[in-house]
This record gives sequence, C-alpha cells and structure tokens, in this order.
Amino acid sequence: MSEHIKLPEGSIEKTTTTLNLGPTHPATHGVMQNILELDGERIVSADQTIGYIHRAFEKLAERRPLAQITTLTDRLNYCSSPLNNMGWHMTCEKLLGVTTPKRVDYLRVIVMELARIADHLICNSIMGVDAGAYTGFLYVMQYRELIYEIYEEICGARLTTNMGRIGGFERNFNDIAFQKLEKFLDEYPKALKEFENMFQRNRIFMDRTIGVGGISAERALNYGFTGPNLRAAGVDYDVRVHSPYSSYQDFDFTIPVGSTGDSYDRWLVREQEMWQSLSIIRQAYQKVQAFTGAEAEVYHADVPEYYLPAKQDVYTKMEALIYHFKIIMGETDIPAGEVYHSVEGGNGELGFYLISDGGRAPYRLHFRRPCFIYYQAYEELIKGAMLSDAIITMSSLNLIAGEMDA
Amino acid sequence: MSLTNEIIQQRLTEKFADQVGEFVISYDMLQFSAPKEINLKVLNFLYDDPQLAFTFLTDLTGVHYPDQKGRELAVVYHLHNLKDNIRLRFKVFTSVEQPDVYTATGLFSSANWMERETYDFFGIHFVGHPNLKRILNVDEMDYFPMRKEFPLEDQTRIDKDDEMFGRG
Repeated sequence: MSEHIKLPEGSIEKTTTTLNLGPTHPATHGVMQNILELDGERIVSADQTIGYIHRAFEKLAERRPLAQITTLTDRLNYCSSPLNNMGWHMTCEKLLGVTTPKRVDYLRVIVMELARIADHLICNSIMGVDAGAYTGFLYVMQYRELIYEIYEEICGARLTTNMGRIGGFERNFNDIAFQKLEKFLDEYPKALKEFENMFQRNRIFMDRTIGVGGISAERALNYGFTGPNLRAAGVDYDVRVHSPYSSYQDFDFTIPVGSTGDSYDRWLVREQEMWQSLSIIRQAYQKVQAFTGAEAEVYHADVPEYYLPAKQDVYTKMEALIYHFKIIMGETDIPAGEVYHSVEGGNGELGFYLISDGGRAPYRLHFRRPCFIYYQAYEELIKGAMLSDAIITMSSLNLIAGEMDA
Repeated sequence: MSLTNEIIQQRLTEKFADQVGEFVISYDMLQFSAPKEINLKVLNFLYDDPQLAFTFLTDLTGVHYPDQKGRELAVVYHLHNLKDNIRLRFKVFTSVEQPDVYTATGLFSSANWMERETYDFFGIHFVGHPNLKRILNVDEMDYFPMRKEFPLEDQTRIDKDDEMFGRG
C-alpha cells in the first residue's frame, strides 16, 4: 500500500502540522490565505498569500480621465467607499488648485464620518462574531442600513457609491437625506450604547481579546501601521488632525488612543471613534444648517472647467455645452505635477500619489492602501498564539481584501 | 524650532554635497533625488539624525519613464516625520537594464511588501530583500505589467481610436 502514497520528503519526521487557512474561509472575512505551521494548537509560522482579487486599478487609472477614477476608488475599501471617493476628489482638487466652499467641506465631513461609522461598525461587530457573539452583529446591521439609506439619498448607490465630483457633489442633499440623517443621529447612539454594553465589559469577550495580537508602538510604526490600529498601540497620529483637510480644523473632537495595541484596545479605539464621529456629524450638521440665503444652496465649487454643468444649461447655453463636451471627452487641460494627498480612511492613512504629465489621464497613480501595509505584521502578531487567537486578531485588524489587493 | 523644507534641504546638502539634487517643492512637499548607490545612506541619515527623524515610511512605489535613458525606473519613497509633521519625497533612479536598488527592509519592516509590490509591477530588484517574490500577480507571470511598454488594451484593435479614449 505505502508505495502508492507519495509523501513529501521529511514529512514523517515533521513534528508540526500544516494548516491551510483560507483563501475562502468564513473566518477570514475576505479572500486571504494563510498557510499556518502549527505545533499542537500554537502557531509556529504563517505564510501569507494575497492578491486573489487584484484588479490592476493602478494600471487602469493610467487610461482614465480623473473623474472616471472615482469608481475605482469605490472598490478599494468597500466598507467605506465615500471616504475613498472624497479622498480622491481632494487629491484632484489639490492638483488642479480648486478650493471648495465651506458648505461642501461640511457636507463631505458628514458623509466621511458616516462612512467611518459604517466601517468601524462592521469591524467591531465581526470581532464579536469571531468571539462567538452573533447577536451584536445582526443587531447593528440595521443601523448600517440607515447609513446606506442616507448614501442612497445623496448619490443613488449604496455600496460602490461613486459619490461627489471634483469640486463638490453632483447634487445638493435633499430633505429626505437630512431627515434620515436626523433619524440616524437620534436612534444610533442608543444602539451603540447597547452594543457597547454587550461587549466592552463582557468577560468572555475580554478574555478572548485582551493580550491577543498585541504590538508595541515602536514596532507598529516600523510596520507602517496607521489609523485605529496604530492609535491602539498608543500613538496619537490621525491625518484629520495632523494635516487637516475638508475643514476638519473647524471641528472639536478627541483622538482616542489605547496603550497595549492588542485586539481589545483596537476594539475600544474604534468604539470611541464612533462616538467622536457622531459628535463631528452633529457639529457639521449644525454648521450646514447655519448657512442662509444663497450660501445654503451651495454644493459645489465654481469651477466650470472641471465640474459638469447642469443638463438644461448644456442644451441652451453655448459655454455650458463646450465645458460639457470637454469634460466628457477628457479634453480639459490638467496641470503637470506630482501630488500626494492622504485622508484618514476607515482603517488608516489612505494616500493617493498622483503624477500628472499634463495628459488626459494620470501618468502614474499609486494608492497607499493602509491594510496592505500593516497586514504584513500579521505573522509577528500571531506567532506563538493559539489558532483561535489568530482568527480574532485578523478580524481586529480591519482587513479589507479589496483594498489590500487593489 | 520646527523643521522646514529649507532646513531639510540644507542638512542634506551639508551631508551629501552635490550627490543629492533635483530639489523641488511640489505642493508644499520637498522632493529630491540621489544616486541609487547611496539610497540607504540617505535613508539612514534621514532616519537617525535627531533633528530630521524621518522614521515613518509612508509609501514606497515605482515609476517607469521609458524616455529617460539610463534612468528609466524610479523608486519613490514618501517619508514622514511624525514629531514635526512634515513629509518628503525621495526618488532614486535606476536603469532598466540593471534595476538593482538596495532594500530598505533593514530600516523599515513596512518596506518588505511594498518592495515586493514594486518588484512585482516594475521589476525593480531590491538587493538584500529577504523574500523578493511576486505578491499580487501570479508567480508564473514573466513580465512586469506596470511598465509603459504594456498597453492596457489589445493593440490589434482597430475599432477604437486611442486619441479619443485616454492614453494611447
């Protein structure tokens, strides 16, 4: 019998077990493969394979006019698409030298913070699922639904939003959007508090997450951690504060930081960030409501070279027709230059490095995808841990396969 | 005294004299380049110097300039000084025939995958990298797809005029 079974060399003497975790495993929440070497249930080493959903966005972007690249950014971190969209528009605006009106900035802050809540909500509740508590996840999904309904009113889409344009938004927020926002601001805090009560001091959840997947501030910085994962390790770096964009300097908020950098601290940082986001949205909504007269109707910058004119003007006015044609056909002159712009994405610093040679499409566009950079620390985080800890560590990192593989 | 672009430029020219050059400030960010032989010296200097302290590697990527003879490929480092909150962009050029650049993995653990990605798409060979293999593309791939000689669409198509559809 034995001559038919070809065992690899040395496999008889091997004292460890090889386990293939992923690429399509319910616990990896995305297409990621890890080949784990296990000694009993302890992890000796992990070999990560990524790239299963690589779609060559950077190459595609080299043929597209700036406005058409927004749809590519949707599909990076698809849990917080509007954040990516706004980040991309701001990069273009930086290159083109467009300044946006305050009302646009505040509206952007509202959608960006809604997206941050949606993103953190998924990550924190999925951590609960991996620790055995499915209820929290199902419960808070209703509130993410409220956020998606607001997106729908603003741009017509829910997941891949393609929201906003260079210079502002494609249309003004309608009354229903604001009503839904009020509903969300009214109902969500109670649910968030309940969600928090369910996990924050839950003995089982604490035992599963405290001391699991921890990293020191020094190692986290060396590994290029950003966002909540870095802040959980005790470094108060937040792009919104360090390099304010979209008038974040007008808002009053705090940056929650952790100390141990473990899964529990990451969970806590995200939880506190959601409260901060709620406060930012309230402030932004107040500021939006405070606009009067013509200012209260402003939803885009006055940049006819880059912002599509209203359709009725295209039919009746010569200038609008010319601009419309130039924008649609990609004939608008784009300045040559190199620009790096970053925003605080759902899981870290989302950067856009855009090189323009004056052509209709970027000469080169590179996305700094936060989770691609920090996922390489995963092996270090789980070495010596139990298999079940590896699962919860992975979900606590807020990995989004779409962003990682670009 | 907080760090400014002028001070960084001054400190770099003091240390490396005319080896560093092409100083440009583009959109408030200082950009410069150095020969690829001294890329690690420059990165180490920026990292270790207590005043400069560029200890955070934000981004590392490649660019292909097929028309620049002898310096077709560029490695672009975005560094961040978190204390003074200032960023800079550092470029190293290499020829496409011998695309060897020293790895920054000794200094930044984060450079590991970013260099693998740059190798994967541009074929820049990072000397001393612990595990330089493809990361996003399949292992069997035998070309470097982000180089400009690979057009995005099938060049045999005649029904589309590139003039009208983006970059040719």
